[in-house]
Amino acid sequence: MISTAGYGPVLIIACMALVTLLARFGGVFIMGLIPLNRRMEGFINGMAGSVLIAVLVPIALQADAGGRLALLATGGLMLWLKQPMPAIALGIAVAALYRAL
Amino acid sequence: MRPTVAPLLSFAECRRGFWRLLPLSLFVAAFGAAFGLAAVQAGLQPVDIVFMSATVFAGTAQFAALDLWGAQVPLLPLLVTTLAINARMLLMGATLYPWLALVPSGRRYASLVTLSDANWAMALNDLQSGRNTLGALVGGGIALWLTWLAGTLAGMLFGGFIADPRAFGVDMVLGCFMLSMALAGRRNARSVAAWIAGGAAAWAAWVWLPANTHVVAGGLAGGLVGALWLEREQ
Repeated sequence: MISTAGYGPVLIIACMALVTLLARFGGVFIMGLIPLNRRMEGFINGMAGSVLIAVLVPIALQADAGGRLALLATGGLMLWLKQPMPAIALGIAVAALYRAL
Repeated sequence: MRPTVAPLLSFAECRRGFWRLLPLSLFVAAFGAAFGLAAVQAGLQPVDIVFMSATVFAGTAQFAALDLWGAQVPLLPLLVTTLAINARMLLMGATLYPWLALVPSGRRYASLVTLSDANWAMALNDLQSGRNTLGALVGGGIALWLTWLAGTLAGMLFGGFIADPRAFGVDMVLGCFMLSMALAGRRNARSVAAWIAGGAAAWAAWVWLPANTHVVAGGLAGGLVGALWLEREQ
């Protein structure tokens, strides 16, 4: 336990920042120690897309109907136009509109 | 398939990345404001709140820290929680390695200082689709960092500056952005199989495993699919 009197908070926050920075650097650092063969490349490529999906899963699970409609609208427009910004804008607008009604 | 030319990391590229992610970053300010307000309510001193947003720059971990904040803070549990929440950054950094390996080590690590969900997703999408630049990672990261800090300050000074962010759909911004990035890339049976495995693992982890393990579980599951189902030799 660290007291939050005096310099305690600065120490606590500095430790948090250090741990977070190590997480930011760690992935690239660890990959530097592993030979990059075809199987490792396959692993990285598979991981890239699935991290995106994994970030999305709880957002979709926790969302209300308006939030889920927003994801549907973004997904639909994205498949049609392939333009992220209009797709995101439509998603936000759909969520706002649904919740306003 | 493997990149052989070092990605661009010029001032002009970073400036372009900054402007590309700025519209999305403005929504990040709303989350920053929510954090600033919550941190004031949790009893943090203003200077500590600004210090935290500036140096930690990881929203979920910062909110988690508030839950543990009091007259005494359990340091080890806090750091373990921070690492667990930010473990997704390990995976995100690793996915950029094929390109970052071509950059001198000083610039390689410097470009990761502001790594977070949105600038990672945009940078990876650029690199995978042949735009060989780290502009979105660095410039976009700076945009996110500045708006996160500005939002934190606004939340401390004025409270949540949007009365109800949900009414404006602000809570769906990250979800819609991540979905658009997932759908922007090239798709094949392999990548869709990795998505399904990753999504299922993330779902299962979210339901049954401890909090904040879902991204790592999903990423590793998708990675296994990628490692076992290799592209044909060219």
